[in-house]
Amino acid sequence: MVSRKLITAAGLALVAALLLFGAGCTTTPQPNATTPTPAATGTPGSGNILRIATTTSLDATGLLEAVEGVYEPANNVDLQFLAQGTGQSLDTARRCDADLVLVHAPALEQTFIDQGYGINARCFAYNYFIIVGPENDPAGIRDMDPVDAFRQIYEAGTNNTPGVTFVSRGDNSGTHSAERTLWQRAGYNYTTQVQGQPWYIEIGQGMGETLTQTSERRGYTLSDEGTYLSFQSDLDLDVIVGQGPALLNRYSAMAMNPEKCPSAKVQDANRFINWLISDEGQAFIGDFGASEFGKPLFTPLNGTACADPQFNCTCSVPIA
Amino acid sequence: MLLQSGITENEIIQGFIEAINLIVSLDPTVVEITLRSLTVSLSATFFASLMALPLGALIYFKEFRGKRGVINTLQTLYAMPTVIIGLLAFLLLSRNGPFGFLGLLFTPSGMIVAQTILIVPLITGLTVAAMSNIDREMRYTIISMGASMVQSIWTVLREVRFAIFTAVLIGFGRAIAEVGTVLLVGGNIRGYTRVLTTAISLNTSMGNFTLSIALGIILLGVALLVNVALNLVQQR
Repeated sequence: MVSRKLITAAGLALVAALLLFGAGCTTTPQPNATTPTPAATGTPGSGNILRIATTTSLDATGLLEAVEGVYEPANNVDLQFLAQGTGQSLDTARRCDADLVLVHAPALEQTFIDQGYGINARCFAYNYFIIVGPENDPAGIRDMDPVDAFRQIYEAGTNNTPGVTFVSRGDNSGTHSAERTLWQRAGYNYTTQVQGQPWYIEIGQGMGETLTQTSERRGYTLSDEGTYLSFQSDLDLDVIVGQGPALLNRYSAMAMNPEKCPSAKVQDANRFINWLISDEGQAFIGDFGASEFGKPLFTPLNGTACADPQFNCTCSVPIA
Repeated sequence: MLLQSGITENEIIQGFIEAINLIVSLDPTVVEITLRSLTVSLSATFFASLMALPLGALIYFKEFRGKRGVINTLQTLYAMPTVIIGLLAFLLLSRNGPFGFLGLLFTPSGMIVAQTILIVPLITGLTVAAMSNIDREMRYTIISMGASMVQSIWTVLREVRFAIFTAVLIGFGRAIAEVGTVLLVGGNIRGYTRVLTTAISLNTSMGNFTLSIALGIILLGVALLVNVALNLVQQR
């Protein structure tokens, strides 16, 4: 009887100890709340957290983790990244569950702004989408114009050309949105003519998963350049089409409108956006990945560059 | 193709060796994620037990209309898909939801709330089942001795404490192994809400198999510990 009691007591003590230990762990990451800085504008008790809903491509490449390392200590703020894809990120923000979004789907962004949610939009980087596929290129689209290449994949797929499969993100992300635009420009109605085809597979996952599946199935997919470069070593895929104005991929940041979401931390968000388009931020983005992948994953977008009609955004004016 | 599969096998072995290295050398990321997983699931188990044990005893003691129905519902909820609880908790905790003012979505506290909701029915149901094994005589004796409800519940809980310990461990096992609620409610934020299961899922998709394997070994280890504990309890 005594030993039973002892065992029970020991078990309880262990659980209690773990709980206390755990409680200590959950509270410690609250960022240096003791040193007040001008950046501390958050509601009391919520710590100095800036929650950023972001496209997966910026996160999966490691860029955001690197940015965190530089930005957090200098600005006394805890950047928290929710990597969700552009469509879901905008929805998260619409529910007021994020302070800032990093996205890459101009049409979806414009709707978000028109609805009154997004303010202070600034574009800060770009690269190109690429069409990747198996080395033997069964659809025969190598180095074609991207829109023609999509038409060719469609025809090869519908003719049951062996080995022609297209793997789609299918998740309303920025890349998925760009893919739909390409099908439209190739002359097809996405919902009635593309979706549901036996050669067209929607997997509903992030870019990394999509590239992995495409590689396993030896199919084609549309990817952003950055994610492809950072996954390249694990993939059995070639860049089949890597050029063409239809493949431009522009990244923007937007703060949440406090009139729609009173809890949004606008000042912290503005400060972060201003850092992204600052000389320091631009140099950081422009260098990222150069040593690891042989070339930078993103091209910074600042100064007069974004005045070019193909970008159609604001990048050089800091938010007041 | 043959060559490729050779490389893949090598990858698994290599991953395993490096994974053991990560664990033995107490890699900060591995330690941090493991501690967070334990914290969240142990807290959820603790709070769920606080609610479920008295509730289970109450259901056992009280005779009321629809008691059978309540027990059946509880047992159905054992199999409740975690993503549904995740969705429910997500909608409740979102800033636009009824409890949005608490600011719990995408926080460890929010994950604890969701996992608590997930395992309360399980622990409650198992508590009722544990008590049903007590001698009817004892139940009448307790009641006839004029014990208050609180005293009765306490006495019975003590009597079946090992069976209840089993219920709590099973609840903990379900909590720490699930990925559905923590992904939706936690958001898998690096260094804040990333736990063992969501980290395994993410790192596998990113091709970081080594880290995935290391975290997988730890998760299996936790499951093994729970199982050993269960066996020890059941042997009594």
